[in-house]
Amino acid sequence: MQAIDLLWLIPALPLAGAAINGALAYARAPKPLVTAVALGAPLGSLLVAAAAIWQYLAGGLYPQTVERISYAWTAGGLDALHIDIAFLLDPLAAVMLFIVTFVGFLIHVYSVGYMGHEEGYARYFAYLNLFMAAMLTLVLGNNYLVMFFGWEGVGLCSYLLIGFYYDQEFPPYAGKKAFIVNRIGDFAFLIGMFALVARFGTLDFTSIFHRLAAEPGLGTAAYAGGLSFAAFVGLCFFIGAMGKSAQIPLYVWLPDAMAGPTPVSALIHAATMVTAGVYMAVRSNVIYQLTPGVSLFVAVIGTATALLAATIGMAQNDIKKVLAYSTVSQLGYMFLAVGVGAYSAALFHVLTHAFFKALLFLGSGAVIHAMGGEQDMTKMGGLKKRLPVTYRTFLVGSLALAGIPVFAGFFSKDEILAAAAASGLPLHWLFWGVGLITAGLTAFYMFRAVSLTFDGEFRGTHEQEHHLHEAPPVMTVPLVILAVGAVVSGWVELPLVRGADWFHRFLAPVVAVIAAVGGGAASAAAAEGELGFGTELVLLLLSVGVAVAGIALARSLYGGAGGAERGLAFEESYPTLHRLLANKWYVDEIYDAFVVRPLHGLSWVFYRVVDMLVVDGSIRAGAAVTRAGGDLGSLTTTGNVRNYALYFFVGVIVLCWWMAR
Amino acid sequence: MSAGQAVPVSWYLLLAVVLFAVGTIGALTRRNAISVFLSIEVMLNAANLALVAYARQLDQRTGQILVFFVLAVAAAEAAVGLALFIAVYRQRRTIDINRLNLMRH
Repeated sequence: MQAIDLLWLIPALPLAGAAINGALAYARAPKPLVTAVALGAPLGSLLVAAAAIWQYLAGGLYPQTVERISYAWTAGGLDALHIDIAFLLDPLAAVMLFIVTFVGFLIHVYSVGYMGHEEGYARYFAYLNLFMAAMLTLVLGNNYLVMFFGWEGVGLCSYLLIGFYYDQEFPPYAGKKAFIVNRIGDFAFLIGMFALVARFGTLDFTSIFHRLAAEPGLGTAAYAGGLSFAAFVGLCFFIGAMGKSAQIPLYVWLPDAMAGPTPVSALIHAATMVTAGVYMAVRSNVIYQLTPGVSLFVAVIGTATALLAATIGMAQNDIKKVLAYSTVSQLGYMFLAVGVGAYSAALFHVLTHAFFKALLFLGSGAVIHAMGGEQDMTKMGGLKKRLPVTYRTFLVGSLALAGIPVFAGFFSKDEILAAAAASGLPLHWLFWGVGLITAGLTAFYMFRAVSLTFDGEFRGTHEQEHHLHEAPPVMTVPLVILAVGAVVSGWVELPLVRGADWFHRFLAPVVAVIAAVGGGAASAAAAEGELGFGTELVLLLLSVGVAVAGIALARSLYGGAGGAERGLAFEESYPTLHRLLANKWYVDEIYDAFVVRPLHGLSWVFYRVVDMLVVDGSIRAGAAVTRAGGDLGSLTTTGNVRNYALYFFVGVIVLCWWMAR
Repeated sequence: MSAGQAVPVSWYLLLAVVLFAVGTIGALTRRNAISVFLSIEVMLNAANLALVAYARQLDQRTGQILVFFVLAVAAAEAAVGLALFIAVYRQRRTIDINRLNLMRH
């Protein structure tokens, strides 16, 4: 049996793990057994995935798309819609598979330490394994329906894990918010799939992309609402990605999703699930290559999201909120890359971001763990000495996020900025400029967080200080491994490693440019790496300079002894701006006033008027008419024999008349 | 109409119709159960009269014999009916059918 024939096993193992742990949760099984199942399932996935990827690369299969049909899902006639439960492995899926299984396994290990004292240990791991199963289905599916199946599965697990502390008030609310906001995007995703089925009669990636590439007219001929077919589908899919990957205007669920346990934030809301939208967009790159207009829209939304989230991140005092807005912001970068046609750069950022953001979240988890659940950075400080491993790894993650050379984030962010500057889109220098400003803001807010948390004197209670402790090895070892990844994962693009742009060339078969499809699309597609060396060097120096400036500013404001007090006082000296940012531009309040409340009112109208009055009313009216008819009829039941004799007589007369007629 | 000449069948039928109408009106209007019962007997015998008249007209013995069976059954039925009235009277101290309206409940 070849490893590559066992692709189905990769999602199946965590699925089985979820089922077993679900049963163990009921049986109140001992913790070691739960732990063995919880870690065994993703480890098995990791090993099978590694073997499959190894065979794919070393076995001469690259750069083909390997597809394995597990089950013919829909039976039917020859012309019926055929959708199979089938999995594929190609360079894009291989990268995602690596991220999900590797980072996922590390976070499972970390969770053993982090969740060790929590109620619902087995339940937690059942959900987490189920998430792995769904995410791997999403990544490996060879058609849009299997992908959508995983897409909904990760949404469900996200909901379950955000609301994990169901006995508190806020987490279940946050879970519902995430689920409902995602539903808006999923609706558009479904519409896009319906359009594909109606046009092509299939949802398989390979056949759809071949036919799209063969019929460039689909990118120009009007289809619906003034959009071409490709633009319509691309827009629908992007709206789906907006929900899953937290882009304007559907990003509001992600910061609230921090109500879940911190390893969940690391795995689902930073490293893997939220990048599913980026994966989907890169997977569908043929569609976006055909539609420069939609690509421009994607770039605009991505850039705006990156900037907006970064500004909010500057004024948050909750350490997880900072990281949450940072995630939204980095996802914006990824969509900027998708919009300018730099698909491999987008996926490169997914890869590096998975390492350094998972690292940062797990680091913050170690801090919260040490602080006894405290998340407010204004009550931390001085943790540098008490949590040395956490501090060093967190610093590595922050440097990677800020885009300092040598660290991974630098390479991927720089590639995106260069692609934005080189793209043929209108306003491409604006995209680059906003991206650059955002990079500066990113460096600033990250080192504000580092300084507030680790520098200066401890500002918490004596009891908290007494309990401060470095996390156990089961938590610090994943931190160290991720820290290594947060450095070296960027090196795959270095000339030293297997020639320059290795990652880019590795993905080339998936993001191959469609030959000569309209001027705009061709120039957008040709975006990657068309700048002169001199220009590229200047841009690179500029982005590094901005990052260093951001760090220096944050250090000078918040760093050193008494820095926190100084910095927080500085924030208070701009009360209006600070309040605006700390309250997230009041976006939640605006949504509440313009979306949630009107919807609430509308549903009240539907409940009270349509349901209670029209629907219930018509049924009640039918019952009332029947009852009145019965009452009327019962008037004849007098009990008087002579009346009955009269009815009888009249009946006979009528019968005689009818028969003699 | 001279002797020996048969009475035409239509006369019998006319008499049967008159008897039936008298019986019907009596059954619908009388309050005393026995009067109602008698009226119904009149209606029955009107039908009987029509039957025997036709049987004679068509020279059918079976019809003429059948009439005796009807009379016999009617006599038995009258006995049962009168017994019922006595039983009702013992219970309710009346056989006014306007007051015998238990079927309503």
